[in-house]
Amino acid sequence: MIVAERKPFEEIKEMLKGYKKVLSVGCGTCVAVCLTGGEKEVAVLNAELDMARKLEEDPIELGAATIERQCDREYLEVLDEMVKPYEALLSMACGAGIQFLAERYPDKPVLPAVDTTFIGVNQDVGWYEERCRSCSACVLAWTGGICPVTMCAKGLYNGPCGGTDQGKCEISQDQPCAWFEIYGRLAGQDRLDLIKRFYAIVPWKNQKPRTLIQPGYKKPEQAK
Amino acid sequence: MKSGSNLEKVLRAGHFAFTGELGPPRGTTAEEIVEKCEHLKGMVDAVNITDNQTAVVRMASWAACLILIQEGLEPNFQMVCRDRNRLAMQADILGAYTHGVRNMLCLTGDHCMFGDHPDAMGVFDIDSIQLINMVKTMRDEGKFQTGADIEDPPKIFIGAAANPFAEPYEWRVHRLDKKIEAGVDFIQTQCIYNMDRFRKWIEQANDMGLTEKVYILAGVTPMKNVGMARYMQKKVPGIEVPEDLIDRLKGVGKKQVAEEGIKIACEQVEEFKEMKGVHGVHMMAIEWEHKVPQIAEQAKVLPRPQID
Repeated sequence: MIVAERKPFEEIKEMLKGYKKVLSVGCGTCVAVCLTGGEKEVAVLNAELDMARKLEEDPIELGAATIERQCDREYLEVLDEMVKPYEALLSMACGAGIQFLAERYPDKPVLPAVDTTFIGVNQDVGWYEERCRSCSACVLAWTGGICPVTMCAKGLYNGPCGGTDQGKCEISQDQPCAWFEIYGRLAGQDRLDLIKRFYAIVPWKNQKPRTLIQPGYKKPEQAK
Repeated sequence: MKSGSNLEKVLRAGHFAFTGELGPPRGTTAEEIVEKCEHLKGMVDAVNITDNQTAVVRMASWAACLILIQEGLEPNFQMVCRDRNRLAMQADILGAYTHGVRNMLCLTGDHCMFGDHPDAMGVFDIDSIQLINMVKTMRDEGKFQTGADIEDPPKIFIGAAANPFAEPYEWRVHRLDKKIEAGVDFIQTQCIYNMDRFRKWIEQANDMGLTEKVYILAGVTPMKNVGMARYMQKKVPGIEVPEDLIDRLKGVGKKQVAEEGIKIACEQVEEFKEMKGVHGVHMMAIEWEHKVPQIAEQAKVLPRPQID
């Protein structure tokens, strides 16, 4: 899932300066699962903002709406009427959701209440770890199911580098060395040959905005 | 000859190579480099010029290389993958070669978080092994990474590092083998203090026939004091300092520690001269360039061979 983290309260408050009527929009998918931008978090943020602005004698009227997915037109539609009376929208979705919201309501300022952080896994309630950089060229088949692009601090394809320190990365004793782990897993599977070969320079596929159209589908303008 | 560099000639002629190291200044004072050069003249076959070492900004490695050439020394241009993408790397290689640089050391580079700009983006467009292969492709095939032809390709003697002291130990020779497959000509190892571990590594490399395919220069850094030894032991990733070495430094009077450090380094050089598979020593006297003449003398590596 996509993991996000709520922005510092002061930063959000600063963004909302001057606005008197704002709609906070939550997202019910990834950011709700990681306890950052779902219905409950929208309510909490609104309560904090309401109180802070009252204390500053500059009250704000806050609305709340949490839709299933802000990255999907089908779900955004329900907001079309709702957003009209508001001066600005405060989105608690990931960066994709925030942009899709802004695209749908181009005359409204759309402000981010969260920082989109990574594609990761749920280690435990409230504990998430990054696992994928969406590089568009997955190498997990030959790296023992451990991603060197994401989990190696230098993103090496021919690791481990000389900084491995007792199985840990040179950046921190809390960070396992991805290549040490890749080696260990492949050794256990008797598949070390996979990483003995030289892996050539990578043609990066993530250096421009990407589009995916599944076989059998077309963009609307192509379909016409 | 792949490059015709002095270092290549010395190694090809079967001499025991002796290389030094110099860190560029954190400013624009060329005199600082020139002064360091004075200590190294006639003492070493080539001088490594570090590239934003430990991720701290310094004068560009290639620029300091040019000063060395003006001073009559042969530089070994270090290049890390942390600070440039493949375009900048190939451009710098062309530029450095045009100005007379003939050796390169291809490195991954320390992570930015160690340095003076810890929040910088680490580029790592390619890794050190891919860099080796890129320089080789430029030299031997006369091609850029896209396959386009290079006019008058750069003839570089290609070096890389090896660290026998980082886990998994049994993997380290395979990494060396990968560097050979990628096209490396010579290796300069991480600073060696644990001689037992190094002997095992070189033995494995000998057994795999790797030391016949690549020149190995053993890395030596003399300890200046006990504090430095402790720092290297505890703080520097990938360096292993055995406790008995620290005990030996502690065992002499405080004023004799530096001399003892040099003595230990020279004993290492003596052993490397006899060690099968080792073709030279890379002496990294960190901010101790003025001691290199004494070290070279004491290690009996003088005079350096002159080859036309």
